[in-house]
Amino acid sequence: MTDPVHALPLPTPNAESQAFWDACADGRLTLARCTACDAVQFPPQNSCTDCGGATGAPFAATGQGQVFTFTINHRAPGPAFADRAPYVIALIDLEEGPRLMMNVINCAPEDVTIGMAVRVTFEARGEMALPQAEPA
Amino acid sequence: MGTSKAAITGVANTACGKLEGSTCLGLHAEVARGAVADAGLELGDVDGLLCAYSFTEPHPMLASVVAEYLGIQPAYSACVSAGGATGGLQVMTAKALVESGMCRHVLCLTGDNRLSGMAPGAAVAALAQFGHGQFEVPYGITIPAAYAMVARRYMHDTGLTASDLAHIAVTTRNHARRHPDAQMRKPLSHDDVMGSRVIADPLRLFDCALISDGAAGILVSAAPTGNGAEVRIVGAGQKNTHEHLISAPRDLQSFGCKFSARDAFAEAGMTTADIDVAEIYDSFTITLAIELESIGFFPKGAVGEAVSGGALDLGGSLPCNTHGGLLSFGHSGAAGGAFHVVEAVRQLRGQADDRQVPDAARAFVHGDGGVLSAHVSLILERQS
Repeated sequence: MTDPVHALPLPTPNAESQAFWDACADGRLTLARCTACDAVQFPPQNSCTDCGGATGAPFAATGQGQVFTFTINHRAPGPAFADRAPYVIALIDLEEGPRLMMNVINCAPEDVTIGMAVRVTFEARGEMALPQAEPA
Repeated sequence: MGTSKAAITGVANTACGKLEGSTCLGLHAEVARGAVADAGLELGDVDGLLCAYSFTEPHPMLASVVAEYLGIQPAYSACVSAGGATGGLQVMTAKALVESGMCRHVLCLTGDNRLSGMAPGAAVAALAQFGHGQFEVPYGITIPAAYAMVARRYMHDTGLTASDLAHIAVTTRNHARRHPDAQMRKPLSHDDVMGSRVIADPLRLFDCALISDGAAGILVSAAPTGNGAEVRIVGAGQKNTHEHLISAPRDLQSFGCKFSARDAFAEAGMTTADIDVAEIYDSFTITLAIELESIGFFPKGAVGEAVSGGALDLGGSLPCNTHGGLLSFGHSGAAGGAFHVVEAVRQLRGQADDRQVPDAARAFVHGDGGVLSAHVSLILERQS
């Protein structure tokens, strides 16, 4: 059994996000639009943040985006991330609009810049997969 | 100003730092008695109690737990939880309670012994859980990393530099050196800050708040108690725009401080030009820089030059965080933002000793919780 303090944290899906995480485990990034105002909703939830309307069926996102901002994090939140430090945490603006937090991987931290084009890839974590960003 | 505004009649703080042998509830009791005594009253006079939350005493009904410990049964008690905005929000809530006639004396208490009462690193780990459980925490987010992302973009957009931020850390330390209860009283140079280890680039060690044991008590009353100068809460405002960084205003500039301050100034019938001393939340140097510009004390892009020119010093245009702030006085959870209120009251009463701003009559106080998520602004005025 893995010591929980030293294991990387897993997202805990709920009824509103299960489909999103199931798709990630299949290597697919999905988003959903509001059935009333057409806004793309993120994080996945049943009601639209903009208008309160119901969220529709998921669609496949392009996985293309840009770095809005980032940090090179040296002080890990605990032992699980200590081996990775320093690592990049970024806010990624997807082509479809939503802003997601991801690590920028598969490049040197010092090569990351604001405005840099990235694409989504997936990092296996347990039985799940986490969307991550890499240089496009 | 109208005499119907609520008054702050008592304040108290413990020392900040590693208070060996302290307990969360013991710290609460120390400032409860201190604030009430400061007002010339007794605990039995308190008919309202506002508490917050604690890492070392994580009971969801902390106000009841504290009342039990103190041996009081106030007519009204509740917990207020808004991170660093808690102290300000307690005062804003207490103001409403006494101005409505529901209470006469509302005691606002905050405190934690998260430095001595937790294992090393445990507070940092606990604070990381403020991130979104599914969409932030799995990426190794920390509170400093979240603020670092805000900082990098703000610096990119406005020209603010790491050197400017270092000046904030130095100015704040110089203030703390004049306060006997401050946790960090050693001299700190600009080179010390710039040479300190990177926590989350671009933020370095001395850009970040401390972790402390400590507590603060503030008594809000319907009328002055005749003990000391009369300090009224003449304006208050709140604005929360988000909780998690992924849902923050898209430009990472349009934070709630702009709006909470606007409402507080409108209620007070004042502008930034009327303020003699400011006590503004400084969880990180970038927090203070953004809030000073967003609230309107300095034009956007001008705060760097202002702070490096001494604007926030005792003799500057806006003496700020005269107790030493979260960066150097101390940061013990919800009490962190309450210390700013305590200091503002002392300044207005002329009780700030070596750090007194001469004839300070009007103070601006601001707290922020989360990642610039929850904002409360207060304007306090000494009545002549």
